[in-house]
Amino acid sequence: MNAPDTGFIGKAVERREDARFLTGRGQYTDDISLPGQSYGVFLRSPHAHAVIKSLDTGAAAKAPGVLGIFTGEHFKEVGGLPCGWQINNSSDGSPMKEPRHPILADGKVRYVGDRVALVVAESVDQAKAAAAMIEVDYELLAPVIDPATATQATANVHDDAPGNECYTWAIGDGEGTDAAIKGAAHVTKLVFRNNRLIPNAIEPRAANASYNPATEEYTLYVANQNPHVERLLMCAFVLGIPEHKMRVVAPDVGGGFGSKIFLYGEETALVWASKQVGRPIKWTAERAESFLSDAHGRDHVSEAELAMDKDGKFLALRVHTTANLGAYLSTFASAVPTILYATLLAGQYATPKIHCTVKAVFTNTSPVDAYRGAGRPEASYLIERIVETAAKEMKLDPAEIRRRNFVRDFPYATPVGLTYDIGDYEATLNHAIELADVKGFAARRAASEAKGLKRGLGYSAYIEACGIAPSSIAGALGARAGLFEAGEVRVHPTGKVTVFTGSHSHGQGHETTFAQVVADRLGIPMEDVTIEHGDTSKIPFGMGTYGSRSLAVGGSAIVKALDKVIDKGKKIAAHLMEASDTDVVFEGGQFKVAGTDKAVPFAQVSLTAYVPHNFPHDKLEPGLNENAFYDPSNFTYPAGTYICEIELDPATGVVRIDRMSASDDFGNIVNPMVVEGQVHGGLAQGIGQALLEHGVYDTDSGQLLTGSYMDYTMPRADDLPSFNVQLSKGTPCTHNPLGVKGCGEAGAIGAPAAVINAICDALGVKDVPMPATPFTVWKAAQGAA
Amino acid sequence: MALLTLKVNGREVSRDVAPQTLLVEFIREHLRLTGTHVGCDTAQCGACTVHVNGRATKSCNMLALQAQGAEVTTIEGLAAADGTLHPMQAAFRAAHGLQCGFCTPGMVMSAIDLVEHHDISTEEKLRAGLQGNLCRCTGYHNIVKAVQQGAAAMK
Repeated sequence: MNAPDTGFIGKAVERREDARFLTGRGQYTDDISLPGQSYGVFLRSPHAHAVIKSLDTGAAAKAPGVLGIFTGEHFKEVGGLPCGWQINNSSDGSPMKEPRHPILADGKVRYVGDRVALVVAESVDQAKAAAAMIEVDYELLAPVIDPATATQATANVHDDAPGNECYTWAIGDGEGTDAAIKGAAHVTKLVFRNNRLIPNAIEPRAANASYNPATEEYTLYVANQNPHVERLLMCAFVLGIPEHKMRVVAPDVGGGFGSKIFLYGEETALVWASKQVGRPIKWTAERAESFLSDAHGRDHVSEAELAMDKDGKFLALRVHTTANLGAYLSTFASAVPTILYATLLAGQYATPKIHCTVKAVFTNTSPVDAYRGAGRPEASYLIERIVETAAKEMKLDPAEIRRRNFVRDFPYATPVGLTYDIGDYEATLNHAIELADVKGFAARRAASEAKGLKRGLGYSAYIEACGIAPSSIAGALGARAGLFEAGEVRVHPTGKVTVFTGSHSHGQGHETTFAQVVADRLGIPMEDVTIEHGDTSKIPFGMGTYGSRSLAVGGSAIVKALDKVIDKGKKIAAHLMEASDTDVVFEGGQFKVAGTDKAVPFAQVSLTAYVPHNFPHDKLEPGLNENAFYDPSNFTYPAGTYICEIELDPATGVVRIDRMSASDDFGNIVNPMVVEGQVHGGLAQGIGQALLEHGVYDTDSGQLLTGSYMDYTMPRADDLPSFNVQLSKGTPCTHNPLGVKGCGEAGAIGAPAAVINAICDALGVKDVPMPATPFTVWKAAQGAA
Repeated sequence: MALLTLKVNGREVSRDVAPQTLLVEFIREHLRLTGTHVGCDTAQCGACTVHVNGRATKSCNMLALQAQGAEVTTIEGLAAADGTLHPMQAAFRAAHGLQCGFCTPGMVMSAIDLVEHHDISTEEKLRAGLQGNLCRCTGYHNIVKAVQQGAAAMK
């Protein structure tokens, strides 16, 4: 075997998973039908807040094809859905309120779409018909909808959370911040809403659960981003199923964006019911159900004050945020507006004093949890909007005010708990200015004005923290699980390699990029490497994919396992070449005795490892199969600058994005094609948040007003421009073996502020709320005129 | 039940179907051609797009019996018998026009129809033509490139 003479890192290798996706051979959860398949349909609450006075399933149970009907009564003995992160009240250290999150509603419904009953039947149509025959007598209660006033509402979403408060948490130096603001030359103030978003992966959530009475084993196929976490939570905290009797498979998954991280009641009910019914049960959400029942994202109300000296040097940032958690605590809900939000409020700036309080409230709306970016878009929006506003108020160029405040010395400990290991913010800013042709902006603006249009330019210099870590610190901050990742490298006798990773790919291309890493490290062709993921029966363990962690954490675990393989290979090779272990080096797929021409190829070593005639049994076990767990020592800190240029028509309020330029520093890049694709997708979601998307509940009835694609404006091809995305040369991460940082969320984190800053610049106004729909912009234009 | 006879991917098939059966259900559940996806049930996302008599059609929005006697092509029927990808499929791969792959079959079927029956000579026209298909992963940037490349290769 001749080893390739060039590596695979940094190459735009075409994706191997595309072969099946482009020919209809992908296998998503709904594509899987099992022998004896039955179908589940959930009866959902039509009311936002009501007591279930009676629930009669008698007639429905006799309907044709019905195999079983399950309600909250059946789940009284099992656990509620757990929350994975405990946040304590800062005032007295008491824990957050954790009201029971039942699998099926238990006497009360708390949002429109809350699960009331599961009907299992021979067909979906029969299950739906039977669900319609269930008689529920509701006593309506006043719904709590607006997070800003939730603590003053007369109604309580949960009796054990009076005042609808889950926790009030704070970070930073309150007194120091207050003092700095008092003495400042200028203070910029803004009040904003970070709009509620509905994730809308195009594959709806789906599950197919079965039970085998002969082996007492359950199998769950589920559209999920982290099958091991799903299994652990469901087995250990809810259903009490022994973990070795439960297999969770997350097959091809059609997008997640956070919404498929969580353990939901639907699949939990299906698993439990599959044993009762004795048949596999499949449920696939209809889009209307997805709108109602997928965990939503964002929904913050914040007040921010940025204090600076006369030269625009930042002195302090004070923030008060109210975060809407919805009706129940979803799996990571409590961590999003705290650990993943307030710790990012330094942004790219060396602001010496920062203080943030977060009041998290329950409302009668769908649970809110991590959605692409999860806390970091909210932080980035706040910082980059107030910095740009400060620049206008101080009559400074928006790039200049940023330059005056950038963190330049690394490592840098922020006043809100993080330590940035490395970055070069000036470099990405300069790069973005060049990409955006900021020099030519004045002429373009004049040309727009000549047509009666307005043109604006907006900056956003974002930072994010990816690959949440390390486990010990996360634990101290309330995480109820470590946040490492697992990888296994199984070298077959012929030198072919199967890699098992705890990360999960639902669009990110791991099967290609991870194979690039492995082939590069082992000096073997990519065709010789297969990446396996998403099945608890194959993969030793995994925390899954979220928070842009897969390559930085999961990839590092694989590298660690590869290092062990190479170390063992060196010993086998030393034996074969009758050399000392310490003289053997591994280069280009060959084990060599340094300083000689003696060499054995990788495949000879692997064959010797498995079917040896000549093996150092006295020193080594046969086999070449290594496991590793990797626990990062810090987050990674991707950063960059996005510049948005818009043109708007003040007569109609329609905003057109003329240019979106992005310079990102993700450290080392394994596959630039895939990385740029991740940025494109993030930008689209960020622009969607800024201009189009908004999850709206009627404040009187609690009905979701944006419950379909007719009402919730998804970004479509004609809403967006082509993007100018360029990866900056980059500062490699200092603490993981690949020097990589994470790229999955950057676009969604950085884009919204750039867009809104551009609109404010065009109109000459201080603020325009998101989403900046034509009506909103038109109103702002009227005020500005 | 009524007898439905049509051609799917070049092969004649006959099945008894209930009158309310949607074409997408027929394709996915009766024929087990699961490459055609359902993303919204309401003809707004385009994941279920197939060709009916050579025109892109949202198969969730049509009864199976309305396809009586029709020629239907799904994503499974696009590549040549030897596995060679249709130029549009190849272009999506080369341009990284897909990520999770869920919208992809519908997107590819729509793209071919756009090339064959519509003016997509400018990016603006092409984007307008794609607005019946939702993608949440790519931001459409690489889909636009893929369709342009696929269109060139189809000439």
